[in-house]
This record gives sequence, structure tokens and C-alpha cells, in this order.
Amino acid sequence: MAVVTQSTARFAAGLSLLLLAGAFLVEYAPFADIQPIRMLFGENVLNFALRAAVPLILGALGGILCERSGIVNIGIEGMMLAGAFAAFVAKNATNHWALGPSLLLGTCATLLTGAAMGLLHALFCLRFGMDQIISGASLILLSMGISATFFDENTVAVGKLAPWPVPLLSAWPVIGPLLFHKPPITYVALLAVAVVGFALAHTRWGLRTRAIGEHPRAADTAGVAVLRLQYLNTTLGGALAGLGGGYLVLEAVGQFQEGMIAGRGFIALAAVIFGNWHPVGALGASLLFGYAQAVHNELLLAQAPFLPRHFVSMIPYVVTVIAVAGLAGRVRAPGSLGQPYLRETEA
Amino acid sequence: MNAAPLAEQIGLRHQSAGNRRNMPYPVLEVRGVTKHFPGVVANRNIDLDLFPGEILAVLGENGAGKSTLMNIICGLHPPTSGSIRVGGRRLECRSPRDAIAAGIAMVHQHFQLVSSMTVLENIVLGAETTRRGILDPATDERGVDELCRRFGGQLDINPQAVIDDLPMAMRLRVEIVKALYRGARILILDEPTAVLTPQETGSLFQLLRGLRNQGTAIIFITHKLREVLDVADRIAVLRQGEVVGHTRPGATTEQAMATMMVGRAPSLTVPKVPGVPGPPMLQVDNLTVHRNDGTTAVDRISFEVHQGEILGLAGGQDNGQTELIGALTGLRPVSSGTVRLNGHDTTHASARRIGREGGTGHIPEDRHTHGMVEGFSVAQNLVLNLCNRPPFTRWGLLRLEAIRAHARRKAAAFDIRATSLEQPLGSLSAGNQQKLVVAREMRDGLPLLIASQPTRGVDVGSVEFIHHQIVQQRNAGQAVLLASYDLDEILALADRIAVMFKGRLIGLSPAAQVDRNRLGLLMAGIPA
Repeated sequence: MAVVTQSTARFAAGLSLLLLAGAFLVEYAPFADIQPIRMLFGENVLNFALRAAVPLILGALGGILCERSGIVNIGIEGMMLAGAFAAFVAKNATNHWALGPSLLLGTCATLLTGAAMGLLHALFCLRFGMDQIISGASLILLSMGISATFFDENTVAVGKLAPWPVPLLSAWPVIGPLLFHKPPITYVALLAVAVVGFALAHTRWGLRTRAIGEHPRAADTAGVAVLRLQYLNTTLGGALAGLGGGYLVLEAVGQFQEGMIAGRGFIALAAVIFGNWHPVGALGASLLFGYAQAVHNELLLAQAPFLPRHFVSMIPYVVTVIAVAGLAGRVRAPGSLGQPYLRETEA
Repeated sequence: MNAAPLAEQIGLRHQSAGNRRNMPYPVLEVRGVTKHFPGVVANRNIDLDLFPGEILAVLGENGAGKSTLMNIICGLHPPTSGSIRVGGRRLECRSPRDAIAAGIAMVHQHFQLVSSMTVLENIVLGAETTRRGILDPATDERGVDELCRRFGGQLDINPQAVIDDLPMAMRLRVEIVKALYRGARILILDEPTAVLTPQETGSLFQLLRGLRNQGTAIIFITHKLREVLDVADRIAVLRQGEVVGHTRPGATTEQAMATMMVGRAPSLTVPKVPGVPGPPMLQVDNLTVHRNDGTTAVDRISFEVHQGEILGLAGGQDNGQTELIGALTGLRPVSSGTVRLNGHDTTHASARRIGREGGTGHIPEDRHTHGMVEGFSVAQNLVLNLCNRPPFTRWGLLRLEAIRAHARRKAAAFDIRATSLEQPLGSLSAGNQQKLVVAREMRDGLPLLIASQPTRGVDVGSVEFIHHQIVQQRNAGQAVLLASYDLDEILALADRIAVMFKGRLIGLSPAAQVDRNRLGLLMAGIPA
């Protein structure tokens, strides 16, 4: 387990370093004039990669909290959609407010709605003994239905979160504009990776969470309140996934569209698996998937003559499939994932 | 004969036991505890006292309700009625957390350890030290070290080891440290010796005596009579969910306890005449098998099983028995070496070819995974391996009458007690399920029987029956490969005995030349 975890962390670090090194090359070395290198490592493509990665990171963290507690979460997509729609509704209702408070309200709405979706998932799975896959699917259908019913295409929300440059750091060459000149949810996502990763390894909460996901009965007999922790983590996970959806409305686009999550929840789930249920691993996976999306974009814009358009459009999906399929058998899911814990069974 | 009056006659009802020094008040009082599960009464009106500084053995067959009672005491199951007092105070136990707070700790039969985590993490889980919200493993480790040192080497553990890498005896040690680390005054051990060699059992008993002398009250659950006489201060016997008697080691014998346990006098030995081995039926040459994770489970093993003999395969868990049987029955790929069945190469044959065409009966280690379909009826389960050939099928359709007739015959011959042959197999008792699997796999005229843990988790009556059947197959000229973690089973049945240790086969010799002690040493990897 430890070795695999390390290898996913190494992958994340390696990928980040590779991209940064590329960015420096473009900035300082004579490679700047070579079109393909600019396309692969230019500021545009890297910024886009991070933008595409943020919702995946948050969605994946939500999935990790849930699944490390032993509860399967295929409903990340639904949690994200609910978060996005709630952000839009809150922000739209306060269009006449100043932009700051309106966005703050939108953020609160997205967190609370995500948490509510998480709690609902926990209730379905733990209280009512519903199959965890079915419960996840029902979350997706629920949020799709609600957002489609109540979304009015004529309403327009005003404004979105602007970049908050970090003093001093944002003035650094290359790294500054890439990492320290971003709107706040991006910072939150990156910080959340560090916080969740650290907490899982080094806090009481983390130890107990890992234990209930691996062997809930062992945790129970050791005096850990298994159900309470599962409720807590699923709810927290829902809030994070919801924020991943809210990011699209509050920070990336500024608007809501029907079906705007467009499979990002499932790609986040792929990131959970690719990252071996570890936050840093999931960060690496999200960056990889975001980067594939960005490269695909650049290639389309450049109208590269050597590749047919349809093949270019396949890139992000092919990368996802290869990444997840290539890892089959190398990652290890939490031991009790998907098996509801019932204290009172014989033996 | 009813055992309870017997116990009363010899003055051993717990109320009247007056020979305990300085221990007037029980630390644990169980009063009138009854537990219903849907359709079963697991415990009926149980009274039990436990005094500080004593080892109480709770003896009973599988299914007698021992584990259920202990799960109630340690807070996993709420009792349907009745009460539990600890140190005179009524214990309102809603979860294991409450029981731990009251000083009760239990070592479960299936160890409750998170196998991907370290020893230290498992010990402190639920009782962690933190500093400003951050785990403080250094302090925890000092605490555990200090605790272990008090036992002078008997509880030595490596806190940084991962559970997965530890042998069973070491995991048991971790469980005991985990219990003591929580300050347990009442220690419950549920069949702890099932996974130990005789030598390891001996040192466990030494440790338990030490704990007892320091004042810990210990409940020791087992169905092994010899161990009870060895370690217990007092004995309580459970049968069908009720306490049927109390006794003391000095005042009883194995036979008397067995009678109390079963309710009649069982035969503790299997009648067996010397066998007449014929030519080899199963020839295994230089066989190597890997686990799913790529590690070597079976390491260049060679042996033969002859017609008319039982080859007993002893050894602790995780030493390659499971993988060896898997390879021999076609359930697991062979990495190298050859297997010949009746002269034909079956090294890479499918389970179907080995079982059906080759004529190998297989009683699998885990009947729930490989031996039965719980939702299917008794009759259907009895033809799982025959249902696509005559007389059970014609023109691709099942012939229900033939299947029922077959089931009636088998049920009668193998004493399978079901209310109806259409009853789902999952609703039968463990003993009857196992007898069904045995019945299906013992067809007349099959050349080879591979029996893995054939009596695990079944009642004494069924054990007797199954042992008898295995000996009969061997007398009829069948070759039998018997794999078991239970030394007594191996010693009772086998004609030749070998031990598996870390994937190697060691000490293959005629049964007459080995005894428990030597087998125990071999199981620990010490060749004599």
C-alpha cells in the first residue's frame, strides 16, 4: 500500500515538475519560437490545464473522503451539478447586491447544497441500506432533474470571481502567473489537497477514517463510532464535490448551462482510482486529465494539419482510458469499499 | 443424561463454589441474558459470573452460542433481555466503546485488525494520543513498549510492522496488547488457539496465567477439551444457547466434558483399521504456485497420494495449503511442475476436467465461496456438478424427478437434516450444509478425494459423521488428500502426514512416526 501511494505521489510531483520545466524552457530558452513546444508548454495551455483540473481535484477529493470511509461514490457528477446549480440560483437571486457578497452567498450555497447531497447519499446507503451504486446514480438523476426543471435560460447571473494575486509570490517569473495569480477557489482546491492528505495520514480523524474504510468491524470493536464518521465524511465529501461544481459557475464561466458538468464527475472518479484513493495521487491524475484537455484545445485552435480533428477530440478520453486501464491491478481500493457495515450479523 | 444436575450433584454450581481466595465479588455478572436472532434463539436465560484473577473456560460446540454471548458482553450485540453488571454496576452497553470504558476487551476469533495498517496504528486505534490535533506516534509507541516490557519478552512486538506481514501467532499477540493497552480488567479470548501450533498455544497459556496472577479476569472460549483441562480455573459449558453445567479441571475428564457439551457420549476417536495402499493416484512433481499478488505460495513441492491411503497435510494458515489445493483442483494456475492424476497429465486442466472427467471429489476450504449456492435448494445443490449429464438432464432440460430422487437418496445416506429438499441450502445449519457438500463430492468409484478443512465450523456430531465417511472412502480404495489446520483431525485420520511451511512440504512420514509435539515443531518450521 505504502509503495503504491508513494508511486502515485511521485507521479503527481513528476508531472508538475515536467510541466513547470517546460514552461521555463518556453520562457527563457530559444525553444520559445518552436511552435509545437509553445503549444505544449506555453502559458496558455498550462493555465487552461489548471483551470480544467480544479473541478476534477475538488470532485476527486469529495470522492476520496467518501470512499476512504468505505462508501462507493459514483454520484460525484450529481453532487457537482447540484453545487453548480445552487451557486447559480444564489448568485442570480442576488444580482442586485454588490458582487462580493453575492459571490460569497453563492459559495455558501454551493457548499451547503453539496453537503446536503453527501448527507443524502449517506442516508440512502447507511440508514436505508440502499445499494451504494444505485444511490450514487439516483443523486445524478435527482440533480439533473431539478436543475433542468427550474433552470430558466433567460436568466443571466452577473460577474464571477476575479484573480487574487498573492503578494510577492505572484511576481515570480513563470511560476507567479501560473500558480499565484488565480481566483480563490483554485487556491482552495490546491490547499484542500494538502490538508486532506496531511489529515488522513497524521490526525486521529484520518487514522479512524482509514480504519473504517478498510475494516469497519475492527474499528468498531476498538471503540470507533463507525457510522458517525461515515456520515461526517460523506457529508464533507459532498461539500467538496459541490464546490467543484460551484467553481464552474462562480469562477470559470460565470453562468449555468444545463448539463454543464458534462462528465467531469466521472473523470474525477477516474482520478480517485488513478490516484489510488490518495489526495496527492488524485491531484496528479486531475492535472494529467486537465492537461490532456488543454492540449486538445490548443491543437484544435492551431488547426494542426497533421491530425484529423476527430482524433484530436479523442485525446482527453483516450488519456483517461489508458491511465485507468493501465493501472488496473496496481491500485488497491479500500478493503470494505461498497460493503455496508452491519454490526449485528453473526460471526 | 442431563449435565446440569450432574454439576449440581458434585457441588459445582457457581453460587456454591467456595474455594476462591480473596475474591468474594464477581467482576462480571451476567444475569438472565437471552438473545434472539431472526428465527433462532442464540442465548437463552444465561447466568454467568467471572471473578478477578481467574480463567473461566467457556466450552461449547460450534453454534452453542459462545460467541454470541461474548459479543453481547463486549457491546457488539444488545441482548434481547437480561442484564450485565461490571464491578457491581449495571453496564448500559450500546457499543463496544462503552464496554471498553468499563474495562472489557475481547480478542475475536477472526482477528479485528486492519491488515494494511501497522501494529502501532492498530493498537492505538480508538485510543490515540494527539498533540494539538496531530497524532503523536512517538508517545504511543513509548506507552506500548512500556506495557510490553512488563511481560518480559512474552509480548514482544515490532510496532512498525504491517499486520499483513505477520504470522497468525504474532497477530494474536497484537490483539492481546491492544486489549491490555486499553486497560482491560476483563479479557475475553474467543477460540484464540485455532490458529496456533501446540508450542504457541503453550506460551499463550503461560501468558494468560501471568495475567491472571496479576488480577485480570479472563474468559477463554474453546471447544478443545485438552486446552480447558490445561489452563482453566473453572469451566462453564454451553449447549444450544444455554448454560448446561459448571465444573473444575480437577473434577472432570475430557469424556465427561464432551458429554456435557454434546448432550450424549460422543466417540472421541475415529475407528480405523490399517489401510492397504495401492499404486499412486495423484502424483505431484516439483509444483510451484503463485498467489494473486505474485508471491510464491507453493514452492517446488513433490508428493504422491496412493489409492487406499489418506495423506494428511498439516500446517498453519497462509503457508500455501489453500493455493496448493487450488492448483490441484484447477481453480488456480500452476506456475511450474506437473500434476498427474491416475497417470494422466492434469497440470493445466480445468476444474471441470479434473473434477468431472478426472473423477476428483473436492470438499473446498470455504464452502460458502466454492462449495454451495446458498439460494439454491438442497436438491439443486446436490447436483451442481452433475446437472448437465444424464440422468439429470435430457435434451438440455433438467429432469426434476431424477434430481429429487437423487437428493432423497443422498440426504438419507449422509444424514442431511432439512425440513424439505426444496429448502434453500443457506437456511440449514453449518453441519448440514457441510454434510451436503461432502455427500455431493463423495460419489462411488471416484479415484481421488481432496478434502480441505472438511469439518471446520461444524458440530461434533457432524464431525464424527464426516470423519467416518472419509475413512470409508479410503477403505474402499480411494486416494484421499486431507488438508487441515486442525492437528487433531490430521492425527485422527491420516495414514501419512506432511506439514506445509512457507510453501515447502516438510517432514513427510507415516502417521505412526509423528506426534503432536513433532508436528507442532514442524508447523513452526523447525525440522526435527
